[in-house]
Amino acid sequence: MADMNNTAVIDEIKPINKVTFKQRMISYKRKPLSLVMLLLVALAAVLSAAALVFIIVYVLVRGIPNLTPELFALTYNSDNVSCMPSIINTIVLTLLTLLIAVPFGIGAAIYLAEYAKKGNKLVKVIRTMAETLAGIPSIVYGLFGMLFFVYALNWGYSLLAGAFTLAIMVLPTIMRTTEEALLTVPDSYREGSYGLGAGKLRTIVRIILPSAMPGILAGVILAVGRIVGETAALIYTYGSATGYATGLLNSGRSLAVHMYVLTNEGLHTDQAWGTAVVLLVLVFGINTLSAFIAKKLGNKKG
Amino acid sequence: MDKFTIDNMNLYYGKFHALKDVTLHMPKNKITAFIGPSGCGKSTLLKSLNRMNDLVEGCKITGDIRLDGADIYGDIDINVLRKRVGMVFQKANPFPMSVYDNIAFGPRTHGIKKKSELDQIVEQSLRDAAIWDELKDRLKKSALGLSGGQQQRLCIARALAVKPEVLLMDEATSALDPISTGKIEELCLKLKDEYTIIMVTHNMQQALRISDNTAFFLLGEMVEYNSTDAVFSSPQDKRTEEYITGRFG
Repeated sequence: MADMNNTAVIDEIKPINKVTFKQRMISYKRKPLSLVMLLLVALAAVLSAAALVFIIVYVLVRGIPNLTPELFALTYNSDNVSCMPSIINTIVLTLLTLLIAVPFGIGAAIYLAEYAKKGNKLVKVIRTMAETLAGIPSIVYGLFGMLFFVYALNWGYSLLAGAFTLAIMVLPTIMRTTEEALLTVPDSYREGSYGLGAGKLRTIVRIILPSAMPGILAGVILAVGRIVGETAALIYTYGSATGYATGLLNSGRSLAVHMYVLTNEGLHTDQAWGTAVVLLVLVFGINTLSAFIAKKLGNKKG
Repeated sequence: MDKFTIDNMNLYYGKFHALKDVTLHMPKNKITAFIGPSGCGKSTLLKSLNRMNDLVEGCKITGDIRLDGADIYGDIDINVLRKRVGMVFQKANPFPMSVYDNIAFGPRTHGIKKKSELDQIVEQSLRDAAIWDELKDRLKKSALGLSGGQQQRLCIARALAVKPEVLLMDEATSALDPISTGKIEELCLKLKDEYTIIMVTHNMQQALRISDNTAFFLLGEMVEYNSTDAVFSSPQDKRTEEYITGRFG
């Protein structure tokens, strides 16, 4: 008894509340349905995971042998079908899209969650529209982007047209997740802040936004995933030029479009698999980085 | 001298008449307790004193409420009012940041930027709230890791840090253990030299122990208001007597 804090001693304790295998079997015998249920949900979990693992392994197996140095040559030509320009273009496109969509999305969410009165008609309209927009197939955004940005505004196939099209596409996602995150911030924080004489602006900037930051970042990560993986909305807005898009009005191709074009042409299927691996790694990298940032921000406030 | 005066005040939540013709004058540097059963409007009245009810939709107030003779629903800066009239809530609500930043939030809001000055305010507020010794080595740690009693005393320190004149306490000890409650009651008795304290409590022993004056509310009506001794020893109204002897409520 004297040494109960010694972990070695605690490890040797035989607790009476531990359910043994035999006891579990007896309880299943009494209630066979609960065993069936357990097996069903376990099966569902295993199958879902297996599908994902299968796809990843398949892509890796087909793609990794094709990761040749030529695939990462600095300039593209039809022999090496380098994906280097596409990688850079994807990163630039993602950053520009977020630069447009994040301020508007977060701003709109702050209005809906903090400023608009409950039961406000406008709020309902905005929410319904955001939900509808989130469900529209991306090719529709592509068509709109082509007709409006590319032709009506005469931007041509360009980085700007692609980024604006994608920004409109991810705006509802960012807006809704941010709004949800703001709504989960307890009212007691708001009361506490107002009670100390802080105004609305200070309360939002210093108390509410930091508390909601992990949720907001989750929305941004979702948006990044959609941007990096998008093809249909980009083909007729950003175009598929093979070089680096060095200016706002230059055309370029993102990694996903690059892969689509390679597959479509049918001449470079192996390189397309290689590109798929690069795309996977890119998405994985972005998600890890975002999770890291979210954790950093979380630690800072916690 | 009266710090807060409430005259012929009525309050409606939508169609519900929550406070009926309340007139109540609360003296400076005293502890005034509001007692009464749940839903009698005492918290609502308290929240009207720093205009927290402004946040509630459909809340309508008529009558006259004055702080040092100035109409608080008149042409005043609401943030300055809330700085002068601090509030401690029923449930401790520390912000998800460090102990230090919690206390410094109010002073920073009101324009104090200098580190040395903030350090001094943080220490003094925590000392005033009788929690400095417990927290002095944990100033950089998250306030959410503190115990319930510590969190509530932190919230009191946070309210004191903006140097209010009046402190509103909305059942501030109802979620705490007797030891923490005792500490906070002692604190109130100490603080009343400098502050005017108005508290809502469900605990009649508490009202008896620390308040100077007590107001009894029932169904939105202020039934009786007198010195605490008088209310508890010789209540004038039958309903007050029934409530304090535990026959209803």
